[in-house]
Amino acid sequence: MQDTKHVFQTDVMSDNGKAEKVDPMSSSTPSSSAGGVGSADSAAPRRNSKRPKYSKFTQQELPACKPILTPRWVISAFMLVSIVFIPIGVVSLFASRDVVEIIDRYETACVPDGYKNDKVTFIQSNLTKQCNRTLTVKKRMKKPIYVYYQLDNFYQNHRRYVKSRSDSQLKENSSWDDVSSCKPEDMSNGQPIVPCGLIAWSLFNDTYSFSLNNQQLVVNKKGISWKSDRDSKFGKDVFPKNFQNGTLKGGATLNSSIPLSEQEDLIVWMRTAALPTFRKLYGKIEQDLQPNDQILVTLDNNYNTYSFNGKKKLVLSTTSWLGGKNDFLGIAYLTVGGLCFFLALSFTVVYLVKPSIVLSPSFKQHFQVYLFFFPLNLKATRRPIVFVMEQKSRRTLSNARRTWNLSSPMVTVGLMG
Amino acid sequence: MTQGRIRARLRLSHLYTFACTRPEATEEGPHSIEGPGYSRIVHCNQPLMHKKKPFKYRSNYISTTKYNFFTFLPKALYEQFHRVANLYFLAAAIVSVTPLSPFSAVSMIAPLVFVVGLSMAKEALEDWRRFMQDIKVNSRKVKFHKEEGVFDYKSWKKLQVGDVVKVEKDQFFPADLLLLSSSYEDGICYVETMNLDGETNLKVKRALEVTLPLDEDASFKNFTGKIKCEDPNPSLYTFIGNFEYDHEVYALDPSQILLRDSKLRNTAFVYGVVIFTGHDSKVMQNATKSPSKRSRIERKMDYIIYVLFSLLLVISLVSSIGFAVKTKFDMPDWWYLQPQNTDDYYDPRKPVLSGVTHLITALMLYGYLIPISLYVSIEVVKVLQATFINQDIQMYDEETGNPAQARTSNLNEELGQVDTILSDKTGTLTCNQMDFLKCSIAGTAYGMSSSEVELAAAQQMASDLEDQDVERSTDFRQKGKQQEIELETVVISKDEMVHKSPIKGFSFEDSRVMEGNWLNEPNADVIMLFFRILAICHTAVPELNEETGSYTYESESPDEAAFLVAAKEFGFEFCKRTQSSVFVRERYSASGQTIDRWGYQCTIFLKVLWASCREFKLLNMLEFTSKRKRMTVIVRDEDGQILVLCKGADSIIFDRLSKNGRLYEEDTTRHLNEYGEAGLRTLALAYKRLGESEYSAWNNEFQEAKTTIGADRDLMLENIAEMMERDLILVGATAVEDKLQKGVPQCIDKLAQAGLKIWVLTGDKVETAINIGYACSLLRQGMKQICITEISSDAKEVVKENILLQITNASQMIKLERDPHAAFALIIDGKTLAYALEDDVKQQFLVLAVQCASVICCRVSPKQKALVTRLVKEGTGKTTLAIGDGANDVGMIKEADIGVGISGVEGMQVGNAVMASDFSIAQFRFLERLLVVHGHWCYKRIAQMVCYFFYKNIAFGLTLFYFEAFAGFSGQSIYDDWYMLLFNVLLTSLPVISLGVFEQDVSSEVCLQFPAVYQQGPKNLFFDWYKILGWMGNGLYSSLIIFFLNIIIFYDQAFREEGQTASMPALGTTMFTCIIWALNCQIAFTMSHFTWIQHLFIWGSIATWYLFLFVYGRLSPSISGNAYQILVEALAPAPIYWLATLLVTIACNLPYLAHISYQRCFHPLDHHIIQEIKYYKKDVEDQRMWTRERSRARERTMIGFSARVDAKIRQLKGKLQRKQPSSEIHSPARSA
Repeated sequence: MQDTKHVFQTDVMSDNGKAEKVDPMSSSTPSSSAGGVGSADSAAPRRNSKRPKYSKFTQQELPACKPILTPRWVISAFMLVSIVFIPIGVVSLFASRDVVEIIDRYETACVPDGYKNDKVTFIQSNLTKQCNRTLTVKKRMKKPIYVYYQLDNFYQNHRRYVKSRSDSQLKENSSWDDVSSCKPEDMSNGQPIVPCGLIAWSLFNDTYSFSLNNQQLVVNKKGISWKSDRDSKFGKDVFPKNFQNGTLKGGATLNSSIPLSEQEDLIVWMRTAALPTFRKLYGKIEQDLQPNDQILVTLDNNYNTYSFNGKKKLVLSTTSWLGGKNDFLGIAYLTVGGLCFFLALSFTVVYLVKPSIVLSPSFKQHFQVYLFFFPLNLKATRRPIVFVMEQKSRRTLSNARRTWNLSSPMVTVGLMG
Repeated sequence: MTQGRIRARLRLSHLYTFACTRPEATEEGPHSIEGPGYSRIVHCNQPLMHKKKPFKYRSNYISTTKYNFFTFLPKALYEQFHRVANLYFLAAAIVSVTPLSPFSAVSMIAPLVFVVGLSMAKEALEDWRRFMQDIKVNSRKVKFHKEEGVFDYKSWKKLQVGDVVKVEKDQFFPADLLLLSSSYEDGICYVETMNLDGETNLKVKRALEVTLPLDEDASFKNFTGKIKCEDPNPSLYTFIGNFEYDHEVYALDPSQILLRDSKLRNTAFVYGVVIFTGHDSKVMQNATKSPSKRSRIERKMDYIIYVLFSLLLVISLVSSIGFAVKTKFDMPDWWYLQPQNTDDYYDPRKPVLSGVTHLITALMLYGYLIPISLYVSIEVVKVLQATFINQDIQMYDEETGNPAQARTSNLNEELGQVDTILSDKTGTLTCNQMDFLKCSIAGTAYGMSSSEVELAAAQQMASDLEDQDVERSTDFRQKGKQQEIELETVVISKDEMVHKSPIKGFSFEDSRVMEGNWLNEPNADVIMLFFRILAICHTAVPELNEETGSYTYESESPDEAAFLVAAKEFGFEFCKRTQSSVFVRERYSASGQTIDRWGYQCTIFLKVLWASCREFKLLNMLEFTSKRKRMTVIVRDEDGQILVLCKGADSIIFDRLSKNGRLYEEDTTRHLNEYGEAGLRTLALAYKRLGESEYSAWNNEFQEAKTTIGADRDLMLENIAEMMERDLILVGATAVEDKLQKGVPQCIDKLAQAGLKIWVLTGDKVETAINIGYACSLLRQGMKQICITEISSDAKEVVKENILLQITNASQMIKLERDPHAAFALIIDGKTLAYALEDDVKQQFLVLAVQCASVICCRVSPKQKALVTRLVKEGTGKTTLAIGDGANDVGMIKEADIGVGISGVEGMQVGNAVMASDFSIAQFRFLERLLVVHGHWCYKRIAQMVCYFFYKNIAFGLTLFYFEAFAGFSGQSIYDDWYMLLFNVLLTSLPVISLGVFEQDVSSEVCLQFPAVYQQGPKNLFFDWYKILGWMGNGLYSSLIIFFLNIIIFYDQAFREEGQTASMPALGTTMFTCIIWALNCQIAFTMSHFTWIQHLFIWGSIATWYLFLFVYGRLSPSISGNAYQILVEALAPAPIYWLATLLVTIACNLPYLAHISYQRCFHPLDHHIIQEIKYYKKDVEDQRMWTRERSRARERTMIGFSARVDAKIRQLKGKLQRKQPSSEIHSPARSA
């Protein structure tokens, strides 16, 4: 019994004021003149009707934790962030580096030489748009390899464009004539268009086929859209109707015998992209590719991006657990982590190394309180301090020396003024 | 009842030498009343004459409401749309009905209706309360002359000009009346004007001689008369008019006018004629309109709204120009938008039109920058804050049973920014009760009880010395000496305090003079004389309490009553006053001195023996005026000896002492200084014996002067009085403590430590006010008093010039002062103030007043109180708080930024301070808690809340704008409509409300212990432009981080292992998740006080977001649209979604975190330090240190208890140093 008590005491002594739990309710500081709760109970009950009921809530005395940013906390917090962030950054950077990506920009290359200066005429003409491209695999690509088309300068996020669709029409056959939101691509020849609206109308219609060593690479176009879209947003009983029948031809046509829920190109296309530069999934190649494999791509260059100077790219990419190739996340994590490490370091330097503290004018105003404040930190961080004080406060200084035992060599005391 | 009849027969006018005994009115002649401003004619007792024009005056119906049934809607709506923000929201709501709106109309209109409706309901409720009050007043009953000498009751509102009314004892006057006669045969009546000027002492009003016969109901049968007088005006102390009666014209002056809302006292009944009714009455003319008050923060918020509105305009313009440009130049190429088939909005051929229409869309889309939810939240927060104020048990007064009440909730945060407090005196600072505490008789000081100042000084000294003891514990010799001072200062013990005598007005304790023991004192004859002066030299009237058989005294000033009570306790009981005599029942006699050697029991025997009535014939009375500062009675005692008994201000008395009368002067002066130091009000007493012939010579001269006619009559009387009051013999001095309300000095002290300036505005006399100043430590010995007074001169310009000169001189004096401890006090009275408040003087006056540590304005009318308040408010541009209890304070309470009413015992009276106030507390001392705790909290809460609100809406709103730039400025939002709707309603509102309601930087005890922390409010550290712009900058930074990090992370590549790329809903949802996290973490960093409620709200908000997303995604896609299954299917399985959230959240908060860490370490604010001390539990570990730091942390104050105690300690230390010149030398050497 004696022993444990002793141990407990020394523990408190050594830990002096650094890690005690704060319990605000236990501190019974003397209440000031205004306080008068104590005498309340003895009061006559006659007028008690107006007396506020006591509860910790109404008296704003609910138990609360009051964390404050002590140097220790600040440094630990920054340190913690850097400790967590830097590994994440490294891992994500590695993940991104593991991704193999082949990007082929073809919109210019696939225009015959004679039309180089007038690509729009070419694309609107009836000339054959077929074009062959050869892609070289630099690194081994593990299946599945995702095939994307990437458009540029295409405002799929334009308000007019985004709004121009009819979700109910896509979902249910019964609301096939619900085309009010689809203007201006709502009716054609007096009949509602299914699927209506600008988005569907401008469906991407370049097609790609791949062959490796004269052998066709199968592009799996199933499962490239979200399952929920197929199941719930695009009806199984909704078939394209009156589509691309108008005077203005947009993009691809749809096979009117296949329900919308299976028109995955359309489903992918209908998920509008957030930015004017976007990739959309075209299909998957379920086959590993080896380095130096030459892939022959036969593509139909149908889609008009020439009007608005948009680029077209064909992208073959593997994925990691983080998705496609993007170093930014890793770099950002490393930057923030590094910054936190730097901050932690500089705060530590300030607390441990920096020999003196330049005091702000407000210090002078409050220095007696500060005098109290710094030694506290001293106990917590063992930081040497130079007190800069005015001559007249010599007495306070000697007080301080005695009270906090400032005679240790860590502390230099200077006088000014 | 018998007593009453005796008094009724008494001609009290006999007592009043100067004020009431005027030559007959006929001698002066009537006023010449001509021209504009004097058009009112009242036909007395002929109310029918006033039924039609031109004599139809306003009815006696009063209305204090702001609105009536018809004007409410337009007026209140105007008031509401006076606010910039509301106007903007109204515009937005109107536009939202058009197809241009990016949102639904309901989401714009509903919050507006809510905000406006709530405020209007509040207004309506307040006005309804006022209306009910009015009804109550208007339906009070009064007796009026019906016909043929019969009196009957009718309600106040039906009273008409010209009616004769009969008002009975303790009733209020229903209108301004001309006094015709009273129950006293000389037509005197006593009036309490508490509601007009706050004075509780009684004022005497006197009827004209000619109307005296009209003293019973029947005599009004044939009474008619005509009053010609001034038009209604607000001046309470003037009245000019003529009374035509029986073909004669008599002049009227203010002493015949009974004002509405004053009360008849000590008089059985009076008859009067109604002159001014309803809103024409002087008190109503004094009423100022109740303005709708707005807090400083709220007004500043308007400027921020302007800033944000400009920002909104700028980005909307950018957006719309961008849109127009894109539409004109790029859109023709965007075939997928079918530019050839467009309506006007997207028509590339009409870019200007599309630009303009887009401007409106953009204004609404970016409307998130100006949060209507801010106003909703603020309303909610303020109501809750007000509830906390109402519920605070520590501001509940057990005696009156009144809790504190926030009557309007929109000024809570203003409480934290108060710079100047303007306080009423009577009823607010004091209970208007005097306590006889000490006296000095024949050079010996009697009275052991200590004043509050002494008690505090002793306590402070004790703790100080204890401190030093620890330092110098080795030196016992010195310790002994220090205790010596302690002993000589004050000797008190707690027990004495508890057993304090229960007699009202008497706290004297000294066994040497009590219980007849004074007979054993060396100067027993002088002591007896002293007591006799107390018992005789006054103007009070005794009133026998039938039940107890003891007397109570009705006097003009409460200290006279205290003297009489004291005299009674000493054995000289004033028991009867007749026209010519004063009777005193003396229980002991000086002759007992001869037998004192037989000891105590003999004295008891004598006590019974000598209980006999002595008669003192009252020969003359020279009454007290503030100019004379003394009062003298000349009496003849039973032995035929003529005595001149005089009491007055010490300086005045000392000037008039004879050579042999100065025996005790030195000792008495010393005692007087000590009393003054202790905050007591002092009077010196003196006497002289007079020979018969000497007296009759003087009396003849006096009587002659009294009957002379002419301008110099008053002067002559004064000179003759002066002749008598010469060659006096000093007897002693009294010290009376003006009973302050409980805790007032401590409260003022704390308020002074909190850096607040306190002005006292009182209707009382200058002396009374100064004494109170001393008692509550607004004044102290050694303070330089600047008295601005008017010179008596007819020419207005001369007076004004003189006052200006005085002000300039005083300012000069302050400028030249070198002593850092020097403090100045400004004292000014009402008449002078009238000049000082004129436009060309007031600036100088204000500059002078601001430099003074305390300002006391005496004899000010309600209107002047309001004017002074306005001067301070507008002149200094700082927040003023007015506190008062009576109707005379209403003007000031309404005028000040914050009005606080004292809800005293009287309850809710008509037109009293509480009804006009914004907050009501039961006692002055609660002001400390109201300001230092609630004010401080509310200020910081609202300030932080508003800042955070702007931050959050900027951070959110700007992301919308950035996205525009990537969407061809088309007005498309990246977020789902529901996200945006819920953003302010559900997802970020509760944490910010919990910040506004529950945040505490430091606990309430600490607030009270460190009042200096309060200065953060008046200095506006938390809502200055740096802070606001800082938060806006933080918002800008956060928006950039949130948007661009997400954009780059989700740029074009697959965001999942399954190869899907991020679509607009996915990116928007991720971004929104980041916003929710970042904003909620930000508020967690902003808070410093987490109860379970904050935890619940903050982390609950984040959880709610995920929950919402989950549930929303589960709903049928026809409702959830693009967000269908987004969390479950697309985002949650993608690690990049979580990683992006983490990264963005940390990155958003990093600068703020670094900033506050830096600030805490290098430029900590006061509350940071205190938090740290508390955190390390230093206060518990080392109580003594905590106390010391506390006393050191207070602001250096010029006024207040501490300042006075400091001064006292300085003085005592000075004494000590003289005694122990070597003691200080040792200490530095030893401690070094």
